[in-house]
Amino acid sequence: MDKNINITLKVWRQKGPREKGAFETYKLTDVSQGSSFLEMLDILNEQLINDGKEPVVFDHDCREGICGMCSLYINGHPHGPDTSVTTCQLHMRRFNDGDTITIEPWRSAGFPVIRDLMVDRTAYDKIIQAGGFVSVNTGGIPDANAIPIPKKDADLAMDAAACIGCGACAAACKNGSAMLFVSAKVSQLALLPQGKVEAARRAKAMVAKMDELGFGNCTNTRACEMECPKDISVSNIARLNREFIWAKLKD
Amino acid sequence: MWLLNSSIGKKLIMSISGVFLILFLTFHLCMNIAAVFSESAYNMICAFLGSNWYAVAGTLVLAAGFVIHIVYAIILTLENRKARGNDRYAVNVRPKNVEWSSQNMLVLGFIVLGFLVLHFAQFWYKMMFAELMGHHEVELGGQMVGTTEGATFIKYYFSQIWIVIAYLAWYVALWFHLTHGFWSALQTIGWNNTVWFNRWKVVSDVFATVICLGFAFVTIAFYLKSLCGGACC
Ligand code: HEM
Ligand code: SF4
Ligand code: FES
Repeated sequence: MDKNINITLKVWRQKGPREKGAFETYKLTDVSQGSSFLEMLDILNEQLINDGKEPVVFDHDCREGICGMCSLYINGHPHGPDTSVTTCQLHMRRFNDGDTITIEPWRSAGFPVIRDLMVDRTAYDKIIQAGGFVSVNTGGIPDANAIPIPKKDADLAMDAAACIGCGACAAACKNGSAMLFVSAKVSQLALLPQGKVEAARRAKAMVAKMDELGFGNCTNTRACEMECPKDISVSNIARLNREFIWAKLKD
Repeated sequence: MWLLNSSIGKKLIMSISGVFLILFLTFHLCMNIAAVFSESAYNMICAFLGSNWYAVAGTLVLAAGFVIHIVYAIILTLENRKARGNDRYAVNVRPKNVEWSSQNMLVLGFIVLGFLVLHFAQFWYKMMFAELMGHHEVELGGQMVGTTEGATFIKYYFSQIWIVIAYLAWYVALWFHLTHGFWSALQTIGWNNTVWFNRWKVVSDVFATVICLGFAFVTIAFYLKSLCGGACC
């Protein structure tokens, strides 16, 4: 049964990208375990505003696990202690009365802090812009079933396409590597006939952008896969390595 | 050049050099096992791999392999620390299924390296290097020993308990390095998928265990032989 709990929050507060940040401690009483984690933060912000203080800045949008906007490193885990869910899907029932919850922003050189818990994730957008698309001439809509695709490939591509670009992979990685994200974005297209045409160019361009933006070198620790809210598999990273190495060898 | 500039290229260098070192270790183990069963056979191998041009060339290639592996280990680790940024998390939890060794490869590598220095001082310096310097005998524990009498070297060193323990500790570090290194190298080359993932991990564990137990077997066998003064076998 859901109860009301009293919790202590240690939240990272930082005024701006270049300011020095520090943890602030807040107490919240009578939080319903039925509320979501972000609702709990809404309650905190309301309390701060009523006290005449600055509310905590954090990213969120859809609040249903599809947009990839929410972040937060909660008690040592990106998207919190639950598995396969985003922060917005995390519930307070995962916490107990009297708990202290530490909330930090993503920490990675590729994702500088903008303010408090909000980080700049445009680096991932830039990687997508570098090649995460299929070029088509506009015209009539092609019939979806005109090109037969083996079920196995369709499934693998769909699994890779589940990536919402949230950045938890780079945030979890001790090497600050974006390989899980890039590999998912390369795989979802490389597996399909429509995407295969540009597969070599895509792999090269996206990896080059990833390196240029200062993300680290993957050493296969698998922290990304374990923390990814969408269970993207590191077998995608093997595929990316394969695509990239072949593309370079063929040049 | 993509091999030197791109992250995946640098990782490929790391994995190929690692696989090369693994192949060498396997060969080295086979040689050592021979020593347990026949010291004269082992000495024959030592003579064959003495100061001949092909053995020296092989040693140079091997040294290059080590240097490349270590230089890239340091480059990659430094780059990765930079990519992580200066601000560290206050709370760190190792997620389940993340191997401890995978996060400590550099530390494990340096332990391996430390013992390699000891190992080279004990064996290579007194065997191949001495021969290259034109000596055919070196002093070992107060006696003159031929530089190709590898078995005598092994018996001398592995009769000392601290050396035995140090070597055993080394094998443990190596075991950790290999359980992650083996499958990681294949993953880096791209030779992996959802089905092979678990298979490679099992192969890694079995392989690392066989290699390290094999080396440990040789070390312990010679220590036990030294205890009975060679009378028991
Ligand atoms: C007999 C000796 C050694 C063997 C057989 C060996 C083997 C390997 C293998 C197979 C890998 C995996 C490569 C990959 O992930 O693609 C690896 C990674 C690594 N090795 Fe070694 N290694 C040895 C010695 C060393 C030494 C002496 C050092 C350092 C001083 C070292 C440092 C590292 C590091 C830091 C990694 C992880 C790098 C990464 O994944 O990017 N190794 N090793
Ligand atoms: S791979 Fe997973 S953790 Fe990384 S951006 Fe995509 S959904 Fe987020
Ligand atoms: S707010 Fe959209 S995924 Fe969490």
